[in-house]
Amino acid sequence: MGDMMTKRISKGLLAGVAIATAIGGLATPAFAQRDPAYAAARSAGQVGEKMDGYLGIVGPSTPELRRLVNDINIKRRAVYAERAKATNATLEEYALTAGCQAILATAPGEKYQAPSGNWETRTSAPPMRDSRCP
Amino acid sequence: MSAMTNGKLTDRARAATSLAMQGESKARRFARMAATMFVSLGLTGCITVNAPEEPIVIELNVNIRQEVIYRLAEDAGNTIEENADIF
Repeated sequence: MGDMMTKRISKGLLAGVAIATAIGGLATPAFAQRDPAYAAARSAGQVGEKMDGYLGIVGPSTPELRRLVNDINIKRRAVYAERAKATNATLEEYALTAGCQAILATAPGEKYQAPSGNWETRTSAPPMRDSRCP
Repeated sequence: MSAMTNGKLTDRARAATSLAMQGESKARRFARMAATMFVSLGLTGCITVNAPEEPIVIELNVNIRQEVIYRLAEDAGNTIEENADIF
C-alpha cells in the first residue's frame, strides 16, 4: 500500500517535472530575460548600445557597471563569433550588423551611440544609425 | 703687409678663444637648440592632443560594406531575439 502510494506520487512528480521541463524548454528562448541589474542600468541610461554591437557605459564608470558590461559583452562576443562562423562573415561584420539591430531595438529613454560617436537618448523617432544599417 | 695683418688676425682669434664670451656663446647655442627642441616637442604634443577627436570608432568599421550588413541583418535580428537576456 505504502509502496503503491510512493509510486503514484513519484509518477505524478515525474510527469510534473517533465511538463515543466517541456514548457520551460520551449519558453526559454523567447522569454529569457535581462538580469535585473542590467535592466535597471539600461533603463537608467547608465549603459547604452554602441555602434559596434557591444554595450557601453554612458556616464561615470563604476566597478559594478564595468563588471556588468564586460560580462554581457563577453557573452555577446561568443554569440557573434558563433553566428559569424555560421554565416561566413567576420566577427566585426556580424557585430556591426547586430549593433544596427540592437540600436533599432532600443526603447524610448534608453541610450545608444549615434554615428557621431555621441550618446543619444532614444525617443519615439527612429534612432540615428550608421548609413549602412538596413 | 701680410705680417701685420696676420699678426692682428691671430691676436684677435686668440683673444676670442680665451674669452669668457666664448662660453656664453656656447651656452646661447645650447639654449637655442634647447628652445628649438622644446618648440618641436611642443608641436608634436599639440598634434597628439588634437588627433583623438571622434571618428575613430567609425574608421574601424569603414571596410565593412553595406551589402554584407544587409546579408547578415536577418540572422542578426534573430540572434538578438533568441538571446534577449544579453541584448
